[in-house]
Amino acid sequence: MTPAEIRDAVLDILDTINPDEDLSSLDDEKEFRDQLDMDSMDFLDIVMELRKRYRVQVPEEDYDNLVSMNKTVAYLEPKMKDISA
Amino acid sequence: MSRIVITGIGLTAPNGNNLLDYRKNLLDGVSGVQDYEIRYVGKTLAGICDFDALKHQNRREIRRGTRAGSIAIYCCNEAIANSQIDWGQVDHARTGIYLGVTEHGNVETENEIYELSQFDYDVSVWNHFHNPRTVANNPAGEAALNMEITGPHYTIGAACAAGNSGLIQGAQMLQLGQCDVALAGGVSESIHTFGIFASFKSQGALAQHPVASEASRPFDVDRTGIVVSEGGCVYVLERLDDALARGARIYGELVGYSINTDATDFVLPNPERQSQCVQIALGRAGITPADVDILSTHATGTKSGDIQEIAGLRKVFQGNSNCSVNNTKSFIGHTMGAAGALELAGNLPAFDDNICHATINVDQLDEECDMDGLVLNTPQTLESVDYIVNNSFGMLGINSTVVIKKFTA
Repeated sequence: MTPAEIRDAVLDILDTINPDEDLSSLDDEKEFRDQLDMDSMDFLDIVMELRKRYRVQVPEEDYDNLVSMNKTVAYLEPKMKDISA
Repeated sequence: MSRIVITGIGLTAPNGNNLLDYRKNLLDGVSGVQDYEIRYVGKTLAGICDFDALKHQNRREIRRGTRAGSIAIYCCNEAIANSQIDWGQVDHARTGIYLGVTEHGNVETENEIYELSQFDYDVSVWNHFHNPRTVANNPAGEAALNMEITGPHYTIGAACAAGNSGLIQGAQMLQLGQCDVALAGGVSESIHTFGIFASFKSQGALAQHPVASEASRPFDVDRTGIVVSEGGCVYVLERLDDALARGARIYGELVGYSINTDATDFVLPNPERQSQCVQIALGRAGITPADVDILSTHATGTKSGDIQEIAGLRKVFQGNSNCSVNNTKSFIGHTMGAAGALELAGNLPAFDDNICHATINVDQLDEECDMDGLVLNTPQTLESVDYIVNNSFGMLGINSTVVIKKFTA
């Protein structure tokens, strides 16, 4: 997957978690928590969906890497580069 | 002891999402049973609710929570709206939620195990929402969270006597002064667990019929068993003084109730204990069988259950009463944890219109289910309705009866 494809994959997960959220104006630099209605259970949901959809494991000590879109994509890139979109 | 009155009703039944529509369909003979299909069991029948869950929840909350939680949230919010209480002024710390459930957690556990099977039973994909979804207080807890109610909340596990049990618990908490407003009743999400269908099938107690609307047929010779249904019904209960002080509309007064236990069998009913349950409730209400106008039966459409219940009721009422006898499950199937509360709600408007709704689908009455006063297939207009008795019985021999009186100051 390319970084753009990983971004789309994360967007799709965010849409699944909160279908009422408008993701079209998401600022990739800003933290998710500052622009989306998200709590700790939602972050666990992101981890779970990555595991289910792509078999990507995110250990607890790495959760801080999922705070914004840019950081998430950067963190996932090496883990998902060999996965086909 | 404080007098307890019903001042609001919120419900979803397979044939109506508010009291007016539900009552109209009960009087018009409209069934809510539909064809249904569920994992592993395949094609079957069920009572399915079509209330708008998005009225009081967003899609994220619905995804997180349970169907029982959504039903509870809908019914609690609708009950408060129906009561016309000034919710913004009500002390939420003095509001309690008491909801009966037949079972809880089966739906969520089955779904998770199915999901797990798609991942070769790798438990690392087991959902982190599993525990909050399956704790036994879930439906009441979800409603408390949704409505920011900070008083006591819990569920009452009472098999199919749960709807009445929730109502009774709410009344008791008001009388104990533990809350000022009680949201009390019952909910069921049971149509979403294959296990309940499969278990009734194994028992030979699951209804089958080529026409869905005719499948739930208590007292008919051709009854084949239970139609499993979902639903919910929540009452706003208040102490009479509080209700009068705010000029509340009063649907009826809870004047008597009883819960007792067969202690004889896992599933088979005990007519002697059932009749004792009714007699205790009548005694507490200070009335005799002759005072009862409408008797709402529990009968589920099983071969033996219906006969046993009528045998117990005959002991109390036959020759002693002119009451009219009906059955709501014939319209909506068995709404399990909601049954007692929903079946009472369908009868409460009789205090205003003096009509006893019928038991439908009785083409040929089973002689062993016959008793004086059965209202079959068409509603019956009565001279007046002052007392309604509502029965709900459940597995492990739990029996419940409530007596509601038309309100007079």
